[in-house]
Amino acid sequence: MTETSEPLVSAPVSPGRAKFLRFLIRDAGVLLALVLITLFFSATAPYFATPDNALKIFVQIAINTVLAAGMTFVILTGGIDLSVGSVLALCTVVGATVMIDESLSPAVAITLALLACMATGAVCGFLNGWISTRWKIPSFIVTLGMLNMAAGAARVVSDNSTITGLPQSFVDFGNLIIGGFLPSIFLVAVLVIAAGWFVLRFTVFGRMIFAVGTNDEAVRLSGHNPDFYKVAAFTISGLTAGIAAMVYLLRLNIGSPIAGVGYELNAIAAVIIGGTSLSGGKGSIIGTLVGACILQVLSTGLQLLGVGDNFKPIVIGLVIVLAVILDAYRERLLRKVR
Amino acid sequence: MDDVILSLEGVGKVFPGVVALSDVSLSIARGETHIVLGENGAGKSTLIKLLAGIYEPDTGTIAFNGAAYQPKSPHDAQLSGIRIVHQELNLLPYLSIAENLMLENLPRRAFGIVDRKALNRRAVALLKEVGLEIDPRTRVEALGVAQMQLVEIAKALSDDSKLLVLDEPTATLTPPEITRLFAIIKRLKSKGVTIIYISHRLHEVFEIGERVTVLRNGRVVATRDLHGLTVPDLVRMMIGRDIADEYSFDDAIVPGKVALSVANLKRDASTPDISFAVRHGEILGVAGLVGSGRTEAMRALFGADPKLDGVVEIDGKPVAIAAPKDAVRHGLSLLTEDRKGQGLLLDMAVDKNITITDLGKISRNGLLNRRAEAAAANDLVGQLRVKASSIEQAVRNLSGGNQQKVVLAKWLFRGTSTLILDEPTRGVDIGARREIYQLLWMLAAQQKGIIMVSSDLPELMGMCHRIIVFSRNRIVGEVPRAEFDQERILSLAYQEYVRP
Repeated sequence: MTETSEPLVSAPVSPGRAKFLRFLIRDAGVLLALVLITLFFSATAPYFATPDNALKIFVQIAINTVLAAGMTFVILTGGIDLSVGSVLALCTVVGATVMIDESLSPAVAITLALLACMATGAVCGFLNGWISTRWKIPSFIVTLGMLNMAAGAARVVSDNSTITGLPQSFVDFGNLIIGGFLPSIFLVAVLVIAAGWFVLRFTVFGRMIFAVGTNDEAVRLSGHNPDFYKVAAFTISGLTAGIAAMVYLLRLNIGSPIAGVGYELNAIAAVIIGGTSLSGGKGSIIGTLVGACILQVLSTGLQLLGVGDNFKPIVIGLVIVLAVILDAYRERLLRKVR
Repeated sequence: MDDVILSLEGVGKVFPGVVALSDVSLSIARGETHIVLGENGAGKSTLIKLLAGIYEPDTGTIAFNGAAYQPKSPHDAQLSGIRIVHQELNLLPYLSIAENLMLENLPRRAFGIVDRKALNRRAVALLKEVGLEIDPRTRVEALGVAQMQLVEIAKALSDDSKLLVLDEPTATLTPPEITRLFAIIKRLKSKGVTIIYISHRLHEVFEIGERVTVLRNGRVVATRDLHGLTVPDLVRMMIGRDIADEYSFDDAIVPGKVALSVANLKRDASTPDISFAVRHGEILGVAGLVGSGRTEAMRALFGADPKLDGVVEIDGKPVAIAAPKDAVRHGLSLLTEDRKGQGLLLDMAVDKNITITDLGKISRNGLLNRRAEAAAANDLVGQLRVKASSIEQAVRNLSGGNQQKVVLAKWLFRGTSTLILDEPTRGVDIGARREIYQLLWMLAAQQKGIIMVSSDLPELMGMCHRIIVFSRNRIVGEVPRAEFDQERILSLAYQEYVRP
């Protein structure tokens, strides 16, 4: 359209404002929900709005946050990882076994344990990704298999027993509260989230994760290998399961083959509540952190309110479903704004 | 006009960033076949979606059959007697034709069990209406596009629609199929069905339409009797200027050395092997019926689908192409037939779609440089005149022509030596189409090799140096520009199908 081309028909929403609206709809909504829930419990639940309780919540969300960070990568590519709970269990017993080796100095033992945890998790994650892409099997099934295999492996490694006797310096670090307000294990979780945020937002790899989740066939025909990124996402999820296992050891000081039961569902819930779309391609890892906070605030708040353990899961379950409904609604809103 | 079936009064619809329709007034007479024309983004799709009950108008009123028409859903629209056959077909591939036809109203026996006999009996009757003689128990996935189109129309007839809206029904059809479709439209018309017909193929509208409404930038330019108008008249109304010659083939572009050659490409054991080549600076046309193996051959060549055998040479050197990434690395680009499904990241922004082919260019050590990305994207968006509110707009919300330009832009961003374009102008309006042609000539002038697959024969004859013709997976002929002849190319395309 050359000389007679007419200007774009008047635009009621400027790009800048559209961007702001998009931010409001996509990210601020969850954050707002967290603030409201927190305010609600602060006003109604005794002891909720105390520094002690805040610390407790920070400690309690650490493991789930780390798991959910890796899960975000997998869900962004359109997959799901059901194995993280039992991979975590496997990693705790592997890590604990390495750490209690008395022939090693504590510093060396702890370092080796960390590496062993991460390596074990990463291998499990890699297998998840590789098997599901190589044979084009839904990740739901493959990771369900891994859930069982890792749980079994954890029993084998630990001889079906709990491993205790971790080095004192390790236990001390786990109990450390930096500056009186920042639990060390929450710091670990925040660092993992920060790393994930950086990768997803600023790197080529992060861009490819979103692209693969949006349309893997278009990515393939653009000259890439989408399977590489899918496998990488699962490997990252396994890796964070390994890190989460270290956090578990820091917090509970035992390696246990029955650790992590049901953790995968909490991680998935945090990701979804945080606004990442189950069909892939859309979401944010900051949202995941907020999602994990919402879950824990709800759980703690309900408990303090005296809602029984039987009713708590019902409320939390409702919140998860509500989040998915909101997600669908949010998509419609976003489509109008873009 | 005495008997108006549908009238729009001052209808407007605004989306963030774009006024899609503004003050549109229009009346359709009962029983007429009314053509709606307009470029991409002129507002045709929005208009259809208003009628279909997918959108609601922001301003103005619509009256249908003498009453206010305010559908809240496609179902409402159907109940009122308005049926839309969308450009993208909405059939369920794994169900039978009969089930698709009557999905909304399956004949039932006691306990809600589907009455298969009644179902198939009614399906046969409906299929007969559209001249499709095929077992209604056939699964839809086994049909060709043309047949699916007819099933869609038959479906629209299943509930006595009063108004039928056909959105670019001929986009994927071959000439004989179009002829048949027109016969069906005429028969429907004789039965009193009112038809709104939307098309980009200007030559064909004269054959079936009585009046035409032209939209431009969301407004009605004019509603006229088609009688007495010519194609150039329509074009002028659509784009507000003359197109002297849609295809101004440039003899100055002289093809050079062979850019890409394919020898004995064999997709699988049952298909014949094929060989062809394209030169630098040459536009090679690929003609053939839909389903004749054109698309499949291109995909196999590009590594998108597996191939059994064959040698691909680029600039005389054999290259191994096992996957698209190999093809891309060697400078090939494929613009797929299915833009939305395979070419674009629909929910991602324009800039991200463009740079996906080569993120290395806008990054250092794996870190994205968003500023460089925006600059590169803005540059290409400007060059190709992509109409978008900004490079951050999601590609989903662009019109077909602009989406196609984004696909082109992403390959230009990468830099390419040979482009394979599969139906590059399908669903693209004349203005954008002409821009794409210009661009292809420009690329040819830059000595790139261009392979253009198209069902639009005049387009190929206007654009190409040479045309090769596919018929039932075989290359049955090659026609140089000097010998271009529509009849000859068509008879080649049918050659393998008419043989005993």
